[in-house]
Amino acid sequence: MELDEGDGRLLEALQQGLPLTSRPYEALGRRAGMSETEVLRRLERFHAGGWINRMGLIVRHHELGYRANAMMVWALPPERVSEVGRTMARYPFVTLCYRRRPSPPEWPYNLFCMIHGRDREAVLGHRDRLVEELGLHGIPQEVLFSTRRFKQRGAWYLQGGGRRPERPAAAGEA
Amino acid sequence: MASTDSEEGGGGDGPVRLSALQRSLIDGFQRGLPLTPRPYAAMAEALGVRESEVLEALRGLQEARVLSRVGAAIRPGTVGAGTLAAMAVPPERLDEVAALVNAYGEVNHNYRREHVYNLWFVVTAPDADHLEEVLRDIEGRTGLSVLNLPLEEAYHIDLGFPVQWS
Repeated sequence: MELDEGDGRLLEALQQGLPLTSRPYEALGRRAGMSETEVLRRLERFHAGGWINRMGLIVRHHELGYRANAMMVWALPPERVSEVGRTMARYPFVTLCYRRRPSPPEWPYNLFCMIHGRDREAVLGHRDRLVEELGLHGIPQEVLFSTRRFKQRGAWYLQGGGRRPERPAAAGEA
Repeated sequence: MASTDSEEGGGGDGPVRLSALQRSLIDGFQRGLPLTPRPYAAMAEALGVRESEVLEALRGLQEARVLSRVGAAIRPGTVGAGTLAAMAVPPERLDEVAALVNAYGEVNHNYRREHVYNLWFVVTAPDADHLEEVLRDIEGRTGLSVLNLPLEEAYHIDLGFPVQWS
């Protein structure tokens, strides 16, 4: 599936989220210069084409009481990454799980997962369970707790190139 | 203003108190937002309340900062280019460098983490050249090198997060 120019305008309009009004798709269409019907048709296509994982409430874990947020990284032998990654992703406390290109020697880790917990002990307990149940004894790993959030908002993939850098005052969270 | 929320400890701000309707909205609609002209009315019908109550509950969640937005999670790697980047910033320069990184529209998440690599941020851009340009620009302006860790494979299908309401 190819992105056409209308898709691009709609994705850009969507980055700000839907307004909390009775006809949000109509309002989105006004931003993107198309009708409500066309917005809905394109969104169906985005879902079908797998461009959109989900549409709905995008929540902040921290404000829901999940105060401990850790990035857990593992240095797996290349041939094991996919299998372990797929299994890890099925645990409910794993909110993201990605293979990333390592950058040795500074950064040997190739599997990343995000774990949210109510406190640090909960997160470390989840780590121990993964090591045990996936047989990851001896695999180099680290847990990087986040201690401060400087910025969190939706991605802006499609903004024009000429606006950078933003004035710092405009860089708040969505 | 650039947000500098403390992630843990201090402040004594407990979890936000939510209504039963707000919890139901979080439990039921992190995905599957109805693709009909009046989605909030359809959600209200599913939950046995009025559309105005759903809108009010969502506005409350937004004011409490629990709700970032009602919108779409775009699958990484399908639109534009993105990467996870990390920097080892001397502690005394962290605020300065974090503010510099935050100021880029291309940066959408930026966290301090407990590690020698203490600043972690996600960069997205319309294409790979633009992305590379942002990383070089950050290196040039800070004099620090940036670790570039592009995605190779995503194992997680983002279906939202099951909240344990204990």
